[in-house]
Amino acid sequence: MKVNETNVHLAQLPTTDRSPLQQHLYLLGIKLRLQRQNLGNFFRQLKRHPTAMVGAIVVVLYILMAIFAPLLVPHDPFTGILGNRILPPKWYEGGRPEYLLGCDELGRDLLSRIIYGARVSISVGLISVTVSTVIGVTAGIAAGYYRGLFDEIFSRFADLLLAFPFLIFALGVMVATGPGFWNLIFALCFKGWVEFFRLARGETLSEKTKEYVEAAKASGQGHLTIMLSEIMPNIIHSVIVLGTLRMGSLIITEASLSFLGLGVGTRIPAWGSMISSGRQYMMNAWWISTLPGMALLLLVLSINLLGEGLRDILDPRLKID
Amino acid sequence: MRLARVLERVFVAIPVMLGVAIIVFFFMRLSPGDPVDLMMGEAGSVSPREMEALAREFRLDEPLHMQLYHFLAGLLRGDLGNSFVKRKPVARLVREHLPATVELAIGALVIALVIAIPIGIISAVKQHSILDRVSMAGAFLGISMPAFWMGIVLILVFSVYWHVFPSHGRLPFAVGLKTITGFYTIDSILTGNWSALASTLKHLFLPSLTLGAGTAATIARMTRSSMLEVLRQDYIVLARAKGLTEYAVVVKHALRNALIPTVTIVALQIGTFLGGNMIVETVFGWPGLGRLVVDAIQRRDFPLVQGAVIVYALTFVMANLLADIIYTFVNPKIEL
Repeated sequence: MKVNETNVHLAQLPTTDRSPLQQHLYLLGIKLRLQRQNLGNFFRQLKRHPTAMVGAIVVVLYILMAIFAPLLVPHDPFTGILGNRILPPKWYEGGRPEYLLGCDELGRDLLSRIIYGARVSISVGLISVTVSTVIGVTAGIAAGYYRGLFDEIFSRFADLLLAFPFLIFALGVMVATGPGFWNLIFALCFKGWVEFFRLARGETLSEKTKEYVEAAKASGQGHLTIMLSEIMPNIIHSVIVLGTLRMGSLIITEASLSFLGLGVGTRIPAWGSMISSGRQYMMNAWWISTLPGMALLLLVLSINLLGEGLRDILDPRLKID
Repeated sequence: MRLARVLERVFVAIPVMLGVAIIVFFFMRLSPGDPVDLMMGEAGSVSPREMEALAREFRLDEPLHMQLYHFLAGLLRGDLGNSFVKRKPVARLVREHLPATVELAIGALVIALVIAIPIGIISAVKQHSILDRVSMAGAFLGISMPAFWMGIVLILVFSVYWHVFPSHGRLPFAVGLKTITGFYTIDSILTGNWSALASTLKHLFLPSLTLGAGTAATIARMTRSSMLEVLRQDYIVLARAKGLTEYAVVVKHALRNALIPTVTIVALQIGTFLGGNMIVETVFGWPGLGRLVVDAIQRRDFPLVQGAVIVYALTFVMANLLADIIYTFVNPKIEL
């Protein structure tokens, strides 16, 4: 809204009197109006893509579950009742109706812990994918646009990071920094930005040579304006697709690290560590390991469905068949 | 000319490997806590004099750049330092555990290829059929499946309930197997110990399936899409017009070209195996490199973690290099 009001004033100024920032805001305003039309179009396409729609709905439900976890849990997820140790799910022999999915090895309600576990996976996934995207795309556009030493340094560093398998790199960082929420984000983003960097850099290199960028240059637009309002809108679709697909694998990596005891720490319920601690009780209490894993699988599956759907809609070049 | 390109690739990989070693070195030095104190946790009460001797043994009393120098010089000699906890050379520990890991990776690769390539081909040839839809849905599931959870479910189904496959280790203690190469399949064939071979293969199956599932899914999707691409080409139309059988068209004409991207993907999947093996080996109690690393992490045995991470990263660099080279050789159109 703010941007549009500024736009009205800016439109009355002659082009030459606008500062670069004003010019940028002006163009941003025009773009926002165009995007609102595009967004409606986008949702119409999404509705015609049933698997992507299902994925989107499930992901939104998970996010809501994570946000409202304290209101949703039937029992305290942190403290257990000794008498409830490895209590089976409700529909099993010996299960109790007030504990739908049974209890874990310390007598804590499994359903409540699974609901709380969504908080870790969703927040780690969203934050690390956002940070990786912002760093990677900013550096990538700048590197592709300016080339030179800046590009050289970032590209070599990216090559180095690509020499590590993701999980092993994240594991090494977690060993060095120790378990913890922000350490985990750091470990995931330290390598996570590379793919976004390579995508943005590559796309910028090819967009830069096109006529519309030449035209923008000829009309006297600054470098920053060209990068933000000319190149960025043309590569953002690929970035969104990659971001969605990467979020699924980041969540799996987070769960893998938690499984190995290098996640957010033992105090906070996370799916990976729940699966790990339930392993010892597999013989007589299969639910402790299996059910949190199902929650994880469903989330990752939905994210990937959404990601592949978005790819078909936004970036049909990448479509598999 | 092509050889020159390959050599160029090899030379580019050398600085990358050096950079990898330096990154690992600095990350391990970032970790909080004095290594000598950590070792004391294992060894009990020790006098200050002994602590100094320990610090000297692991060169912890030298400035950082000298430590880095010794580290890199050692690396060139194949010396990865000594384990804090096990008090053995890291290189030897890695060597001892490597056959188990490689055997598992080969098992995973075999299972992945056996499942994925026929599925990929049939799905492409019978595009939009029920079979195609079901297998692509399965492949999608395989891509989204966390390996450690899949391993646990397989153990529950095949070991706990049906007792068809063992859940843990490479061989029961009762089966005496003389180890020659460290690869139990090869050793049991060499010594003619057929019951050990059967048992080894049984132990190998579930971990290989877990490790290979994600790769199988990726390869199946890749094979299908490149097969679809190839089947649209003119020379396939021509082959059909010539009156060749469908089998000859698909296998002799299309498959050879469709497998080019698959070969590259297989080499790149080695990276997935490297990351996945820590998880799979932990789940199945498989005594390989991955287990070694996970144990070392829990005991904060930094030289061992450092050495293993370097071995992993260098293997990954070489696998990528291999993928590049294979790609040049199988695809005559490509100049690197």
